[in-house]
Amino acid sequence: MAKQAMNLALTAGALALAISTAVSAGGTASASMLSNTCDGCHGRNGNSFGPASPSIAQMEKTAFVEAMQAFKSGDTYSTIMGRIAKGYTDKEIERMAGHFAARKFVPAKQEFDTGAAEKGARLHDKYCEKCHEDGGKPIAGEDAEYYLLAGQWTPYLTNAIADFREGRRKMPKKMKKKLDKLIKKEGEKGLAAINAFYASQQ
Amino acid sequence: MNMNRRDFVKAAGAATAIGMVGVPHLALGAGKKRVVIVGGGSGGATAARYIKLADDAVDVTIIEPNEYYYTCYMSNEVLGGDRSIDSIKFGYDKLKAMGIEVVRATAELVDPVAKVVKAGGRDYTFDRCVVAPGIELIYDEIEGYSEATSRKLPHAWNAGEQTRLLRARLEAMPDGGAVVITAPPNPFRCPPGPYERASQIAHYFKQHKPKSKVLILDAKQKFSKQGLFTQGWKALYGFGTDNAMIEWQPGPDAAVVKVDAAGMTAETSFGDEIKADVLNVIPPQRAGKIAQVSDLTDDYGWCPVDKKTFESTKHPGVHVIGDACIATKMPKSGYAANSQAKVCAAAIVAMLKGEEPGTPSYVNTCYSIIGKDWGVSVAAVYRLSEDGKTIAGVEGAGGLTPVDASSEARRREVQYAHSWFKNITADIFG
Repeated sequence: MAKQAMNLALTAGALALAISTAVSAGGTASASMLSNTCDGCHGRNGNSFGPASPSIAQMEKTAFVEAMQAFKSGDTYSTIMGRIAKGYTDKEIERMAGHFAARKFVPAKQEFDTGAAEKGARLHDKYCEKCHEDGGKPIAGEDAEYYLLAGQWTPYLTNAIADFREGRRKMPKKMKKKLDKLIKKEGEKGLAAINAFYASQQ
Repeated sequence: MNMNRRDFVKAAGAATAIGMVGVPHLALGAGKKRVVIVGGGSGGATAARYIKLADDAVDVTIIEPNEYYYTCYMSNEVLGGDRSIDSIKFGYDKLKAMGIEVVRATAELVDPVAKVVKAGGRDYTFDRCVVAPGIELIYDEIEGYSEATSRKLPHAWNAGEQTRLLRARLEAMPDGGAVVITAPPNPFRCPPGPYERASQIAHYFKQHKPKSKVLILDAKQKFSKQGLFTQGWKALYGFGTDNAMIEWQPGPDAAVVKVDAAGMTAETSFGDEIKADVLNVIPPQRAGKIAQVSDLTDDYGWCPVDKKTFESTKHPGVHVIGDACIATKMPKSGYAANSQAKVCAAAIVAMLKGEEPGTPSYVNTCYSIIGKDWGVSVAAVYRLSEDGKTIAGVEGAGGLTPVDASSEARRREVQYAHSWFKNITADIFG
């Protein structure tokens, strides 16, 4: 145990050194310098206290980069993120992705309907689990392409799903098929139940 | 500097760990570095937190006269009645729990040579000082206006008691009354603030006193987010019609040069005398008083700084952040102060170690809530220009909410504004 802690300390020290070297050498700001500016809207270390802004802590690097690039190109609809994402180079986005991937995700503390959450768990298994594995927790590793749902803010998820359904955001074919089926069979209540299930994972 | 046993153990532990990865210049016995921060607002409190987060070994002291800080941002919603004053009130307990010392006193002088801040009859020595005093209101640029008359004619440009006073007057005003807001010349704290305020007051009137009006007498000929405000005012408050709840008169003719607290009138530079039921005087501004008396300002009353570190160009070792500093393209906003504080904190931590400060990155996001489900914003990502003289917005990025934004987008901007408020205040005060 003690040895493990020591190794961690050494790694952290080496990492800090690597970052400070990179800064003094070049013109790109450090990962923490870039990422700290995000916390004003996305919360300390990327864990949001505001229900409309998603938490981005522990977001997989690939998913983060993809999200930022899609905001930048306009492929993903936004009010303000497009304007902000355009301010960063690919290299800077990579650095921010690394920073947030290394933060610990803290599930949002929010109210939810227990009954709906139970129903939502079953619906999630049926309609979503195939891609959004493990109840909507982010998939670790470089192939990760799915966003954090478990413990995410419901108002944020509600806005995001509205964007998909109203054509502001492009939906993968498989997702559209599943979502259409869900709405047809379970209606808006079914969707709300799934959100309650994500909210319940605290 | 006293070092108790726990500190000694911590320092020794840190020294050992660092020693193992080979940074010998940070040896034990170098002594605790001390940073004194003047002002516990958005800039000062953020700087304190981020210095402490980056290097727990640095001794950080905030000198702040008030027990609680009331944010100016969202205070217009208090005036509009949608928000309680307690929701914009923040204390320092969480900063204290991090080991930051918070002294309740008014700083009287920063002596950059002796490296000492004088406050409440005591001297606070520093290795580096951060001056974050916000603004000073220049009462005497408007004849008849003073700190004393501001109780009757509230400026509400520092939030808290002044916000309460103005809200009380709005509540007491009978329907059919007129509120006059005098908008100051540039530069000033929160450029869209007077116009969001007019919006929020009209929002209140629309619900409770529909025959009442807001008149803005401006020293300027144009203002921040003007297109978006006028669009919102037209849609919500009949702007430009005979029944307009908001009217705007541009400078220089409409600049208010004199007020009369007894008669409740405002006189413009053109010579018009306007009677008000509630008179909200927002006077011209300059950097907070401590910056004036400590020789940190230029001829215009604002503090020139190195844009990479926010170190004063007049006195090395002293940094100035937030509304008081000249940050070129960055506006005087809460988010800007928070962002500048992070750049400044990182620079100070590096400089205390004798290292070169890293490349800075800055952001500003500013929301204005014009009415129910009607929010607009301006955002920018900034970089230091190559000559190091300008904090410039990245080209092709940032900008305003588009004028043709959908109602759904405007509704969301209100949601984001409220979420932003929760997140930024947690980032500042812990």
